[in-house]
Amino acid sequence: MELICPAGTPAAFREAVDAGADAVYCGFRDETNARNFPGLNFSREELQDAISYARRKGTQTFVALNTFMRAGHESLWYEAAADAVRLGADALILADFGLMAHVAETYPEQRLHVSVQASASNPDAVNFLVEAFGAKRVVLPRTLTISDIGRLARQIRCEIEVFVFGGLCVMAEGRCSLSSYATGKSPNMNGVCSPASHVRYRQDGGDLVSELGSYTINRFPREEAAGYPTLCKGRFDIADASGYAFEDPVSLDVMDQIDALREAGVSALKIEGRQRGKAYVAEVVSTLRKALDAKPEHRRPLLARLRLLSEGQRTTSGAYEKRWR
Amino acid sequence: MVNSGPPTLSLGPVLYLWEGDKWRDFYYRIADEAPVHHVIIGETVCSKRLHFTEPHLPAVIERLEAAGKHVVLSTLALVTLERESQYVRSLVADSHFPIEANDLSALALLEGRPHSIGPLINIYNAATARLLARRGASSICLPPELPASSIAEIAAGTPDTAFEVHAFGRMPLAISARCAHARAKGHIKDNCQFVCAEDPDGLPVKTLDRQSFLALNGVQTVSFTCQSLLTELLDLVSMGVSRFRLSPQDCDMVAVASLYDDVLHGRTDAEGGIARLRQLYPAAPLSNGFHHGQEGAAWVARARNIGHRGAE
Repeated sequence: MELICPAGTPAAFREAVDAGADAVYCGFRDETNARNFPGLNFSREELQDAISYARRKGTQTFVALNTFMRAGHESLWYEAAADAVRLGADALILADFGLMAHVAETYPEQRLHVSVQASASNPDAVNFLVEAFGAKRVVLPRTLTISDIGRLARQIRCEIEVFVFGGLCVMAEGRCSLSSYATGKSPNMNGVCSPASHVRYRQDGGDLVSELGSYTINRFPREEAAGYPTLCKGRFDIADASGYAFEDPVSLDVMDQIDALREAGVSALKIEGRQRGKAYVAEVVSTLRKALDAKPEHRRPLLARLRLLSEGQRTTSGAYEKRWR
Repeated sequence: MVNSGPPTLSLGPVLYLWEGDKWRDFYYRIADEAPVHHVIIGETVCSKRLHFTEPHLPAVIERLEAAGKHVVLSTLALVTLERESQYVRSLVADSHFPIEANDLSALALLEGRPHSIGPLINIYNAATARLLARRGASSICLPPELPASSIAEIAAGTPDTAFEVHAFGRMPLAISARCAHARAKGHIKDNCQFVCAEDPDGLPVKTLDRQSFLALNGVQTVSFTCQSLLTELLDLVSMGVSRFRLSPQDCDMVAVASLYDDVLHGRTDAEGGIARLRQLYPAAPLSNGFHHGQEGAAWVARARNIGHRGAE
């Protein structure tokens, strides 16, 4: 199985290549990708340098153009696709059907991957994207159990890539407007979720309160470490109870299921985290590389180190295990 | 051009789990009294709920058709299990009614025959709308998140397709494999005991500072506010939108439909209509922020130049 690694900066990109990534994915510095955060991503020149560095080391580069084209401004996405193809991207990761059709028609030789944001969660959906746009690989939404993935793999005509480590969307990806409901900015349209521009922290007595837009997302007593107010990882009141209504502040880790994923028919394991620094990328990629190459009985101590790097130092298997539902 | 045809109202599917009798009686009254042309009907949120309404579906459809309504069958928004795939396949294969696709599997299976696209398919630009129109989509209900500027561009760029927008009701904002509604009541999805039926209008989610924020509807999360585009109806008609979807809430939907019909046809002015709407559905404040390019929860009061602002 391939290891697909994130890079939000040229420095992180080199770290990922050096640490043993089979492919590194990244995006341009604008709203054409779903990690459109200040200070992140690549200019055309930076992508060109990154791709040639990766080539020399035998690593592939995937370019994410995985937001939905804003009506009337499609040229921004078309130009990004043209440049990614020209610079030698090994695959484009796409979510918008209009953009998929454009790429399939204009660059028929270009390898096309279906982004998790396209929400292809069943065989009929995946086969539609394979037939209509020649998709070679689908990144599956985090809504499926490992046995669901195995069943799906037997019915589709393309490769499967799944998220195994890092941030966890609780909602079906690409189908969530919670962020824009609170802030006006969404993953689909703006490439951001719970954007920092709309985050505020305020002191209220002994509590630190985190807000997104005009909504309180969490409240931390002095002894509790404060986290970032990602909307679906907030604490809310439902009826008379308070708590994490959607998901605790945890991140995904299913690296202990490598063999089950391989048996299910998965071709590539994906690490989330283009917003993370180069030290994080280096540590996670090198550790997961070792784990992937190690015998099963040697994996556990390797993977234990990574827990310290996870959000709130707590992890979940998410939807890959049925009980999570 | 189809999308400049006379504007009509449509009734979206009931998003919540209503007991079978209540659901049936609701549609009987819609058939008899509501001025809606299209009625989109069927479970979109959770496949576990299907048995509540299926026994009543034939009688409800017969009553709606007898009243002259155009019946459209809705499909599931999130299809992951084999039995869910089979359900969508058999619906598409066996139905002689038009179908509204709410996920990519239905969209795939409907290629080459006339169908509708629901608001949970991601259409953000005319390139995508035209692609789906070429595959057989004759009407498209656009995602609630879209601002007016995008709606205008898409409708103008796809002239032979009828466009619809979510004009009344809490907005579907997210769907998950996990059931937050069941979890809030101490269950998990696989052993949910259908606790979502206890909340026929959704289960409110408040912030820790007691601000009303969202509502749970099984695996779906909806807005706490009720989107209303009542004051924007005529602007939307001029942009090429020809259908206005009323999404059922637990209130007098016949009165809501009559009010929208009155405003759409100039029998009531929009400002007066808004005051009346707040009386008809007092459970939630109104919102229209998405339409105006703001946060979806916002309410933008009507101003003279709003049509121009929306087109920026």
